[in-house]
Amino acid sequence: MTMLRNIWKDKLAAISLSILAIVLTAGIFAPLFAPHDPNEVNMKLRYAASSWEYLLGNDHLGRCILSRLIYGIRPSVLWVLAALAGSVMLGTAVGFVAGFFRGKVDAALMRVCDVMLSFPGYVMTLAIVGIMGVGLENILAAFILTKWAWFARIIRTSVLQYAESEYVRFAKAAGAGSFHIIRRHIIPVTASDVAVVASSSFGSMILQISGFSFLGLGVQAPTAEWGMMLNEAREVMFSRPELMLAPGLTIIIVVSAINFLSDSLQAALDPKLRTSTSKAAEQTSAVSAKQLLGREVA
Amino acid sequence: MLTASHVHKSYRKGGLFSRESQQVLRDVSFECGRGECLGIIGESGSGKSTLGRLILGIERPDSGSIRFEGQPVEDRKVRQGSLSAVFQDYTSSINPFFTVEEAIMEPLKLQRKDQQYDACKVDVLLHQVGLNPSYRTQYPHELSGGEAQRVCIARAISTEPKCIVLDEAISSLDGSVQMQVLELLKELREIYQMSYIFITHDIQAAAYICDSLIIFREGQIEEKIRIEQLKDVQSAYARKLLQMIIT
Repeated sequence: MTMLRNIWKDKLAAISLSILAIVLTAGIFAPLFAPHDPNEVNMKLRYAASSWEYLLGNDHLGRCILSRLIYGIRPSVLWVLAALAGSVMLGTAVGFVAGFFRGKVDAALMRVCDVMLSFPGYVMTLAIVGIMGVGLENILAAFILTKWAWFARIIRTSVLQYAESEYVRFAKAAGAGSFHIIRRHIIPVTASDVAVVASSSFGSMILQISGFSFLGLGVQAPTAEWGMMLNEAREVMFSRPELMLAPGLTIIIVVSAINFLSDSLQAALDPKLRTSTSKAAEQTSAVSAKQLLGREVA
Repeated sequence: MLTASHVHKSYRKGGLFSRESQQVLRDVSFECGRGECLGIIGESGSGKSTLGRLILGIERPDSGSIRFEGQPVEDRKVRQGSLSAVFQDYTSSINPFFTVEEAIMEPLKLQRKDQQYDACKVDVLLHQVGLNPSYRTQYPHELSGGEAQRVCIARAISTEPKCIVLDEAISSLDGSVQMQVLELLKELREIYQMSYIFITHDIQAAAYICDSLIIFREGQIEEKIRIEQLKDVQSAYARKLLQMIIT
């Protein structure tokens, strides 16, 4: 609860959180929010400008762009979130085991990670899609397979750093088991690292999914997806550039919201930063108050 | 009560397939009786902190054994509640996410005692280490070095252990605070009848609080001596150490 309250104090974080909450609920309850069927073709309304019935206008087949955006949340955000959760969990588990137990386990797991990391991510994904066929689920599977090693590496480093600290040594000396130490000591202190890494790659994953759909390897034709919508708009990029705006801006807004949120999540989770940010906020507010006073006098 | 017999420890140097190793402890044997305060004195790199880790069961010796009341300290059930520790670096010895109360409660919770009883126990412990109950809700970064070290001591005595390992516990504090903490440790020892294993490079502090000293050099015990006979040390190294302090 204190975490939520802390986030709420930070205006940017509050806005980002609200945006994400709205996007997620809209995605989950897409049929309720979408004003039209996203796949309903209406050739009379090709490239129609926005109207009261079709708020964001219509695309090259006369489909409602707003509805397509809302339905597009499912593959673009919800499924990416699921894939991210999968790879973060796998990576975190490997990273914790390697970083905490060290020794041979660590060496073995890290060599596996090295092998995984030696393939460039895009090439690996393309290879998996090439073998398993085109489709969203295959791209998501490929993401999980290629990303976990990266998470494992980063989280291991972070765990290594804290596993040597004296409070962990004390807990060990006091007779705490490994599970207790990981749960009570290591997870809270590494949570902010995990959050930052996860959120930054959430942004890049959304962009990659959109990228693959743009190439025609991801989501297939009638299904709404943000990258696909960009791809469809590309054909008329010069005659009707405004069609790119809706999906492009949505991607930018969602990705930035996630990045901002992860930043302030880090501050909200850390008790040290918590006090300093509130102090800094007080100071800045004091400064702006002074400036205001100065202006009034002037 | 705590006995170490023929303890050897070495660390592997270099990478995964390297066979080279560095011997850190060589045939260390000693005994610490109930209620005794045993000082372990040595220069940096002499292996005394490694010995501390082995006593706390955080690491295992290569050969030899360390036993607490006849049972091996590697078994965490043996350590739980009866062995405890205070470390040097007060900045990292309390989890930054824990309040003072949570930190002190941690070893108690490991013993799974009654929660209700614990709540007032924290106040008693804080009072014993000379802090008032308002510290309960503070976070470690809000404490000064002396205060943090007092919280660490409160945490260490919370389960009323039979033995506490103090690994350079006062070395990073400044002069007057060092003295206060030493006094505190002395008082607490009388209240709880605990043994201390006082690992330090500061022979004066050790002489102040300990009953007997072990002088440690290059992973070996150079000399064991009662504090009353400190001026009659035999070995050349121990003499040199003492000489340096007197002059």
